[in-house]
Amino acid sequence: MIETRNFRILRNVVLTILSVWVAVPLYVVVSTSLKPLKDVSGLFQWIPREITASPYFDIWTTVPLAKYFQNSLIITVCATLCSVTVAVLAAYAIARLQFKGKRAFSLTVLSTQMFPGILFLLPLYLIFTQIRNLTGLQLQGSYMGLIITYMTFTLPFAIWMLSGYFASIPKELEEASMIDGTGRMGALFRVVLPVAKPGIIAVAVYSFISAWGEVLFASVLTNEATKTLSLGLKSYASESDVFWNQLMAASVVVSLPVLIGFILVQKHLVAGLSAGAVK
Amino acid sequence: MSHSALDSSRAAAGSEPAPDPAPGPPENTTAPPLRKRRRSFLPYGLILPAAILEVLIHIGPMLLGIWIAFISLTQLNLTNWLNAPFVGLQNFINGLNPDSTIGQAFFSTVGRTLLYTVLVVGFSWILGMAGAVFLSSNFKGRAILRTFFLVPYALPAYVGTIAWAFMFNQRDGAVNQILVDTLHLFGDERPFWLLGQNSFGAMIIVNVWQLWPFAFLMLMAALQNVPTDVYEAAAIDGASLWQQFRTITLPMVRPANGVLLMVMSLWTFNQFNIPFVLFGAASPKEATLVSPLIYQNSFGSWNFGLGGAMSVLLLIALFIASVFYIRMVLPKGDDND
Repeated sequence: MIETRNFRILRNVVLTILSVWVAVPLYVVVSTSLKPLKDVSGLFQWIPREITASPYFDIWTTVPLAKYFQNSLIITVCATLCSVTVAVLAAYAIARLQFKGKRAFSLTVLSTQMFPGILFLLPLYLIFTQIRNLTGLQLQGSYMGLIITYMTFTLPFAIWMLSGYFASIPKELEEASMIDGTGRMGALFRVVLPVAKPGIIAVAVYSFISAWGEVLFASVLTNEATKTLSLGLKSYASESDVFWNQLMAASVVVSLPVLIGFILVQKHLVAGLSAGAVK
Repeated sequence: MSHSALDSSRAAAGSEPAPDPAPGPPENTTAPPLRKRRRSFLPYGLILPAAILEVLIHIGPMLLGIWIAFISLTQLNLTNWLNAPFVGLQNFINGLNPDSTIGQAFFSTVGRTLLYTVLVVGFSWILGMAGAVFLSSNFKGRAILRTFFLVPYALPAYVGTIAWAFMFNQRDGAVNQILVDTLHLFGDERPFWLLGQNSFGAMIIVNVWQLWPFAFLMLMAALQNVPTDVYEAAAIDGASLWQQFRTITLPMVRPANGVLLMVMSLWTFNQFNIPFVLFGAASPKEATLVSPLIYQNSFGSWNFGLGGAMSVLLLIALFIASVFYIRMVLPKGDDND
């Protein structure tokens, strides 16, 4: 729009309101995470009376946060790596090759990514039970079981986003490579993948973020040993007390990895999302 | 097209480690079928791992989910579910009868979830649009603000929800501190925000806070395609800011809007994380949404058949929605073989 004086005034007003709206909860988290326990139980204080970093040290001993961190990390990284590896191949086929059943395959991928986890949770739970009955393999509460269930949402998303990226890479690059004798697969690995690297990283980071924040599957399919952060943070609330300052400090700690990742790749993510490959 | 097909078939042959067919007679008849076969197997090889996984984690479970709706599955026969008795439509009749308590709860939950979706998506769209319009102009600090607005979207959903749960605390939370102590609304009363009627509104606020940056992101991308001289021309013609917005900005984002609103609606309609973190496994009855209701029936009261029947209805609804979505995202007939 044209930057008249009215526009600038309106802009300042609207952007200030939006900034406050975004900032208040973030401020509450950060400021609470820096308060001593005696200051978080009473009426909320906007300006901390006392600032201390001790919640950031205490979070590791109050609950086994490092263990939850490790669980989340293993499950999330594995689900992301598996999804992206499988998705790169499938996405390339969708973007570049013609084959019978391509439309059916793309439609399946596209529609399954819109279905909520609740539709898959109970059936997967039963399948896991059956596998345990038949083979003794315990998938409930195992990393393996969670990685598989997390792929129900990371995989279709990765396929769909990556096929958008691959389609946006000029065909001529591969054709040149294939004339040089690399073949289709050679062109994919030597030319397309390096060019698409920022997009692949963005997709991986985004899959990581969505798996990191997963609550539903974790609430049913984890046990004490494999509990992820999304459930582990609840442990800061006992029956009598909530260690709000530590809960907030832990929230900051678990948010930082995904926040940094998101900020680093956001440019490529926006390009991918707005290319029509909307999750 | 024919040119590129030629290139790729030539390249495919070139990649053969087998002896070069070139020294053979020019009327070589074995090479073309060989090339053809290689080319037609490649796509299936590439999609094979994904197709297997799709069947294992999506198609199979979805079919099993439909089956569950037709058997009597409870806590008692859960570990031996293959032998659970087939009860036909009994789960649908028992649970989804509009005259029964459970059926009434189900249909009012669907209605509530629809209202919830409209409100959350509506507010998110308005905030996202406001942010996008004003951040499309150039000023100092624009890049920082743009990243800052995306923070709620990038945070793990449970972190944002925990922050709001803390603020909505009835006794001494920040929300009541502002509304009651500072603005002196509600008299001396300190309203409960996470219980009863208010919990529905509280949940909307949390969801909008987390969702609006996505609308902002997508609308900003859409607005980047609007050439500035269109606005200049409109301004010279004396169009007000509102008129510029209505006649230029809105029509320009219309194509993006279809997909955006659809996706946001599906996410919101399926929302599980926010109520689960905000209220625990059982939401207040005024704020129960469809996904948490299915969860409660299945893993709370261990009535899996009922949960399955509700899932089937949800599946049908989403299937219809996804047909519309796919029409919007996929151009028709983008492959015909």
